[in-house]
Amino acid sequence: MRESTIMKIHYGTALAAVALVAVHILMRMTMNFADSLEYETVLANYKFIPYAIMLELILVLLSIHGFNGLRVILLELKQGRTYEKAVSYGCLAAMFVLIAYGSRTIIMTNMGMV
Amino acid sequence: MAQVSDVADNQYSRTKTLRIARYNPEKDSEKQFMEFSVPVEKWTTVLETILNVKQHQDHSVGVRYSCRQATCGSCGMIINGKPRLACFTKVSELDSDVVTVEPMNNFPIIRDLAVKFERLFDTHHKIKPYLDRDDTELESDAKEFLQSPEELEQYIQFANCIKCGLCNSACPTMATDSSFVGPQALAQAYRYVADSRDKGKDSRLKIIDESHGIWRCHFAGSCSQVCPKGVDPAMGIQLLRGYMLGFKS
Repeated sequence: MRESTIMKIHYGTALAAVALVAVHILMRMTMNFADSLEYETVLANYKFIPYAIMLELILVLLSIHGFNGLRVILLELKQGRTYEKAVSYGCLAAMFVLIAYGSRTIIMTNMGMV
Repeated sequence: MAQVSDVADNQYSRTKTLRIARYNPEKDSEKQFMEFSVPVEKWTTVLETILNVKQHQDHSVGVRYSCRQATCGSCGMIINGKPRLACFTKVSELDSDVVTVEPMNNFPIIRDLAVKFERLFDTHHKIKPYLDRDDTELESDAKEFLQSPEELEQYIQFANCIKCGLCNSACPTMATDSSFVGPQALAQAYRYVADSRDKGKDSRLKIIDESHGIWRCHFAGSCSQVCPKGVDPAMGIQLLRGYMLGFKS
């Protein structure tokens, strides 16, 4: 993939994540902050499908943005064909692992398996 | 009036300390500084003090220079911590009794103040620094490729680049990323992309659109601060990004 395409995705995910995290924070403000962190309240959020979809989107957006940022930092630290391939594929793999693990948590909680 | 000026100039005449970084990669393990006392006048440039040392005190000081008028871009070095052209920097403007000269950062050292320019020339050459179009041969009755003043304004400041390497020396990304294209080449890429006569925009953008290309610039802006010719490479890079993100066509 061209670097400009990757960077368009990088900037796009940043903007979308800021918007969704803002919604997430505003939702916390609908009640007392301490209450919003109560076990039952958190579970209720996960079971509310639109909210669970938003959490999944935040997970995907931040994973893409964060791991691409990490890739960029690592590419600037050291150069070399093998190293750069390892960094790119390593970050991609780590991103998929994190998304899979986070999605598993969201899905299991939504389905009442926790 | 002339007499008053002469008196003022004579009052300025004094001796300053010139600290020159000495390093020969074939013999030395690290850089060392040698101090020389040099006479300076109000108009004396740093290059003149170095040449004074070479002429009267130590012939072995390694320095590259040519035109002495900020045109050839040969005498770039770090002067009192900042990348500057030695021929374009007066000792009096430094406002210091000690003038320290070192080789430019981010360039391999040949000896003392002279550095290798291979990386700069390679990256400059890589971005195709020429007008790229199929019909370069003019027909006998055709006019030259005309431009309006507005079209010229798009790139003219970037055409002032003398390839002195000061921008690459000041760039923090160049210091860590040995494959980075660098502000000099990126500014020149913009210079040709923005030229209405050029038809090679797509191929040129493709060259800089790689993992160590234009996207690795952090917009520190130090390249623009040190340019002795008033070129603003940081702005060129941002404008070039505009093309790549689709804000400009």
